[in-house]
Amino acid sequence: MPTKVEKDALTGTDTTGHEWDGLKELNTPLPKWWLWTFYATIAFSVVWMVLYPALPFWGARGTLGWIARERVADDVAAAEARMAPMMNRIRAATPEQILADEELRRFAVAGGRGLFANTCAACHGAGGQGAPGGFPSLADDEWIWGGTLAAIQHTIQHGIRAGESDDQRQSQMPAFGAGVLTAAQIGDTAEFVLSLSSRAHDAAAAERGRALYAENCASCHGERGTGNRELGAPSLADQVWLYGGDRASITRSIAQARGGVMPSWQGRLDPAAVNMLTVYVHQLGGGER
Amino acid sequence: MSKIDTPQRAKADRPAASLAAGEPSLYADRKKVYPKAVSGPVRSVKWAVLALCLGLYYLVPWIRWDRGPGMPNQAVLADINNARLFFFWIEIWPQEIYFLTGALILGAFALFAVSSLFGRLWCGFTCPQTVWTDLFMWVERWIEGDRNARMKLDQGPRDRVYWTRKAAKHAVWVFIALATGGVWVTYFVDAPTVTREFFTGAASLEVYVFVGLFTGTTYLLAGWAREQVCTYMCPWPRFQAAMLDENSLVVSYRAWRGEPRGKAKAAGVGNCVDCMACVHVCPTGIDIRDGLQIECIGCGLCIDACDSVMAKLGRPKGLIGFETLTNLAASTAATATFKPGPERHACGMQARQTPRFIRPRTMLYAGALGVVSLVMLGAFLMRTTLELTALRDRAPLYVRLADGGLRNAYTLKIVNRTHESVPYVLAFEGPRGAVLTAQGIEVDAQGRILLPPRPDAVSEYRVFLTIPGGQRVPQSTPVTFRLLDANGHAAARESTVFLGPRP
Repeated sequence: MPTKVEKDALTGTDTTGHEWDGLKELNTPLPKWWLWTFYATIAFSVVWMVLYPALPFWGARGTLGWIARERVADDVAAAEARMAPMMNRIRAATPEQILADEELRRFAVAGGRGLFANTCAACHGAGGQGAPGGFPSLADDEWIWGGTLAAIQHTIQHGIRAGESDDQRQSQMPAFGAGVLTAAQIGDTAEFVLSLSSRAHDAAAAERGRALYAENCASCHGERGTGNRELGAPSLADQVWLYGGDRASITRSIAQARGGVMPSWQGRLDPAAVNMLTVYVHQLGGGER
Repeated sequence: MSKIDTPQRAKADRPAASLAAGEPSLYADRKKVYPKAVSGPVRSVKWAVLALCLGLYYLVPWIRWDRGPGMPNQAVLADINNARLFFFWIEIWPQEIYFLTGALILGAFALFAVSSLFGRLWCGFTCPQTVWTDLFMWVERWIEGDRNARMKLDQGPRDRVYWTRKAAKHAVWVFIALATGGVWVTYFVDAPTVTREFFTGAASLEVYVFVGLFTGTTYLLAGWAREQVCTYMCPWPRFQAAMLDENSLVVSYRAWRGEPRGKAKAAGVGNCVDCMACVHVCPTGIDIRDGLQIECIGCGLCIDACDSVMAKLGRPKGLIGFETLTNLAASTAATATFKPGPERHACGMQARQTPRFIRPRTMLYAGALGVVSLVMLGAFLMRTTLELTALRDRAPLYVRLADGGLRNAYTLKIVNRTHESVPYVLAFEGPRGAVLTAQGIEVDAQGRILLPPRPDAVSEYRVFLTIPGGQRVPQSTPVTFRLLDANGHAAARESTVFLGPRP
């Protein structure tokens, strides 16, 4: 390499002697300790690669056998150990006792929020607002199977019509369109159901449907359509409609029958988790005493 | 600005152009600096600043401040475990971290302002790197002697005296470093407790790790790295050029008066006798006579060294001094035709003008300082011990009830910065006919909802606003929640809305 070290006129600094198309590089030497520090970091990285997962030897885990997944498992175990005393108290308590104890209640609501997002939100919505097509809101004051702590706990534990538990919520609405009632009779019944919640309806048709309703529907939904929680028969007299409250939806409900399914969570979730979910759902807004 | 752009450097430490191999080295050996002891007004100020800074650092954690039972009684404490910042009577919560941000912004602008006015005062006098290096150098001089003795010791034989002195020096350094690292920890945990635990082995691993870390860095940076930190590692010397201008006071050699250099008794020479006193006392090992340069930390010790030489020679002081580049240029221009002598000195000194302290740059910094100070002061004075926030449920936006009514749910968070729990009445203004209920809280005999916020904590309450069926509800109605104290005054308020379906 042609080398001609000269002093730069402007700065008084020597050049390195290297020149590219008239461009010359000033020589501002790096301190040697800096260079050695750089070498030390390289040496450090080699040691690190041997000790920690980096090379395809030693099972790609490094000689220390360190692996991030196990550290996560350790952290999770440590967190669970930290929570264990509270979880034991939650497990041993009834939902009523949890609700009465401020400390337990705060713990259960906080834990229940996460559990709900994991297990319930897919159908019931992130805030328990429900979803159209048979996923009831858990935040309103209308309950199909009951909104007390005990009722909520039972529903979570055993599920609804899923065939997974002997104590499950069980009832079956007949499909009246399958040869029980004619289309005209179903239409008349729907008009009467509309009248129960004071909606716009054909008065003459509703009057014709009154007898049909009393004969076919009242045994479960009640004389005045107030529903029956024992049978999971929702109220037909209020403004909350799980499958739609317009004429077409009601007609379809009568003709085809309705009946949602919810899995049983007993055995899938820890009893403490069920308790926490019970308290969480109860405090969404519709909880009954 | 010409002086900044073209420092007339004749650096002795640059490798000579004609190395034997023909190639200059791209790596520089560390040239050990042996700063000589010096006394004078600047040195006295530096000692005073050092004593003040170190005194504050080491003693502040030990000041006690009674905050009542169950509270830390340390006046200045960043209580990481309990997420509180204590400063005498002030107690900062994590939510108020902007006070710390504001303090840091103030510090930055103060640094900019001082730098543009007086050059690198921070670097030369108050930077921890400078202060601890100064302390370590003082120890070094105390044990190994002054500059010449230290150079002789290092060049001399590795005998018993050498090893004894080195061992003694490093022992004292490590002791100081340990004290430094130890005190650092006491800003974060109770000082007497952690000190006792530290020596009985009962402190946590974190305490030992952090003490070790700060002991190690103090020992390395103040004992070994020293000026290398300022020259090579610190970014501040690089971008302080943006704050300095030709009207900033910087440590300067008055070349117009000193040149040409020569023996004191020689004829036709300037005031500089080339005694190297300024170079020997410099903690970064530079020659200030080369002009303003990045290595100069502006400590001004060369001023003391030069002044004492001038005093001995019976010449006026101030051959080196805090001077602006404007004045240097003015003096140089005024004395261009003079021969060295008292007339040249008089003329050069007369050409100087009072530095322009009021400049757009300094006004800008002062303005920013003022604005940030006012904002901080305002925020601090309007700080309350009670805060109310309302988080409206977003999923669902509203709940349709069986009677056709609508309900909105809110999570109220009450920040109670006092250490007692006084119940507040929750009141609201909102849509007509709305009914307020609080989950888990019964109304009292007068039908009021009483919320008792927990002391020194954030309490959460879930409340509902319900509009019964049969009413027209607009899509959005403003709602204001208020916490009423015993006199019925609103101690805290928060605005939100009540949402209904799209009409």
